[in-house]
Amino acid sequence: MSGDNEETHTAEETSMDEKEIQDKVISPEKAEEAKLKSRYPNLGNKPGGSDLLRKRLQKGQKYFDSGDYNMAKAKIKNKQLPTAAPEKTEITGDHIPTPQDLPQRKPSLVASKLAG
Amino acid sequence: RLAGIVRPGGDMQWCFSQVKGAIDDDVAEADIISTVEFNHTGELLATGDKGGRVVIFQQEIENKNQPQFRSEYNVYSTFQSHEPEFDYLKSLEIEEKINKIRWLPQKNAAQFLLSTNDKTIKLWKISERDKRPEGYNLKEDDGRFKDPNNITSLRVPVLIPMDLMVEASPRRVFANAHTYHINSISVNSDNETYLSADDLRINLWHLEITDRSFNIVDIKPANMEELTEVITAAEFHPHQCNTFVYSSSKGTIRLCDMRVSALCDKHSKLFEEPEDPSNRSFFSEIISSISDVKFSHNGRYMMTRDYLSVKIWDLNMESRPVETYQVHEYLRSKLCSLYENDCIFDKFECCWNGNDSVVMTGSYNNFFRMFDRGQRRDVTLEASRENSKPMQVLKPRKVCAGGKRKKDEISVDSLDFNKKILHTAWHPQDNIIAVATTNNLYIFQDKVN
Repeated sequence: MSGDNEETHTAEETSMDEKEIQDKVISPEKAEEAKLKSRYPNLGNKPGGSDLLRKRLQKGQKYFDSGDYNMAKAKIKNKQLPTAAPEKTEITGDHIPTPQDLPQRKPSLVASKLAG
Repeated sequence: RLAGIVRPGGDMQWCFSQVKGAIDDDVAEADIISTVEFNHTGELLATGDKGGRVVIFQQEIENKNQPQFRSEYNVYSTFQSHEPEFDYLKSLEIEEKINKIRWLPQKNAAQFLLSTNDKTIKLWKISERDKRPEGYNLKEDDGRFKDPNNITSLRVPVLIPMDLMVEASPRRVFANAHTYHINSISVNSDNETYLSADDLRINLWHLEITDRSFNIVDIKPANMEELTEVITAAEFHPHQCNTFVYSSSKGTIRLCDMRVSALCDKHSKLFEEPEDPSNRSFFSEIISSISDVKFSHNGRYMMTRDYLSVKIWDLNMESRPVETYQVHEYLRSKLCSLYENDCIFDKFECCWNGNDSVVMTGSYNNFFRMFDRGQRRDVTLEASRENSKPMQVLKPRKVCAGGKRKKDEISVDSLDFNKKILHTAWHPQDNIIAVATTNNLYIFQDKVN
């Protein structure tokens, strides 16, 4: 009886192994796809479609966005805004940032190490 | 498909020549090399980095007493090409990273190059100054003005030699013509115009005119929800000034003729390799995306690089490439992890040697690959500090895809995917190559027997 169970178990395993081997032989890509889908079941079926491309088109670091604007409107002190110039008396939270107030990203002042 | 036959100690051996850059492992983002380009004679070698800086190296005049050593490349000029900017309309930071550098053919004593970041292209003039004037009438040599009452004679100032000074100055700024990110620039063979390509559009510029450009390709759909592909690279034909190609994220290349119409939305030729639909997977389109396209020097072929392979196309045959070389096929069974760590989106470049007989491209673990088209051989070499003794011959590397790993082989799982060689360049006339690791520039040359 245990012998029978073992045989059945082995037969199933064998057929699954064969299928896996077959998949791998036919396409390692498909095996990888199956792996990905098992990790991310919600992955869309249009991989090269709009979502991925649009993400690509939008690459770039947002410095501040409408969230900052809304926070300022709600008078929450936003630590990321630079302190206003001494002459101004407005509290940071009341002050809608203008381009001049944004912290400027300084370009590299150091020479390239390739030239060293 | 052609598989190269690797023969140890084949005809060509590559030797270490020089390495530029810092040794320490802690890489500052600004130091990441983003482009490498020889000029048309190979005398100058330019690099651009993520910090917006350009460094130009010059090959010294050959030392005729020691013919086995080719001359070295030393720093000629370095300057800040682009600086970070802010797009207020979109609240986006514009990176200063130099995406591409392209040299103009030399017309006079000065050298000119185009450098571009995501949004702005600049024409830089690099000129030498080795004389300075001396003996002004109204000024002292140190610049102070003389008291005119004390001047009693008149003399002609003379030019005297001085230490060589190399100056870089921006001569043109070509701005505000790209909504999306510039991926390519290419100088036309007419030496008057050039193209710039972003994800959805290609513009044609005149080198003298900065306030206008012509849009020659526009693939932006009316409804962005219908976007299915983007432009990934573009290049002018080396001899035919009316012809250019652009590649897409779907693995196609379109050849356009500017004589046909002002807007080249209709291609003259469409190069696409048919795909077996039963082999299609989630990854198919992503790995078919072309990251680089380069015409051969003779103008008869073009080469494309996608994630796993390099393909050579005959311009007269659109149906399929004439040659396909596998760069790192062993990665096909690692696509899931490579998707998760974003490596599957890495953009590798490729290049031809001077007579179009060998092509080269980079890979991971600081490996790079060369494919000899005529001899049907390929080799994997490594750019590393361990192999950087002067004139040290590079030993071919081998990756073990599975099964028993032989001695000297490296297993796929041991590869360092952070060590990517994305940018390589080949001297136009000689067997000298420049290979960029993350922050170092290696120069190799073939062994002169």
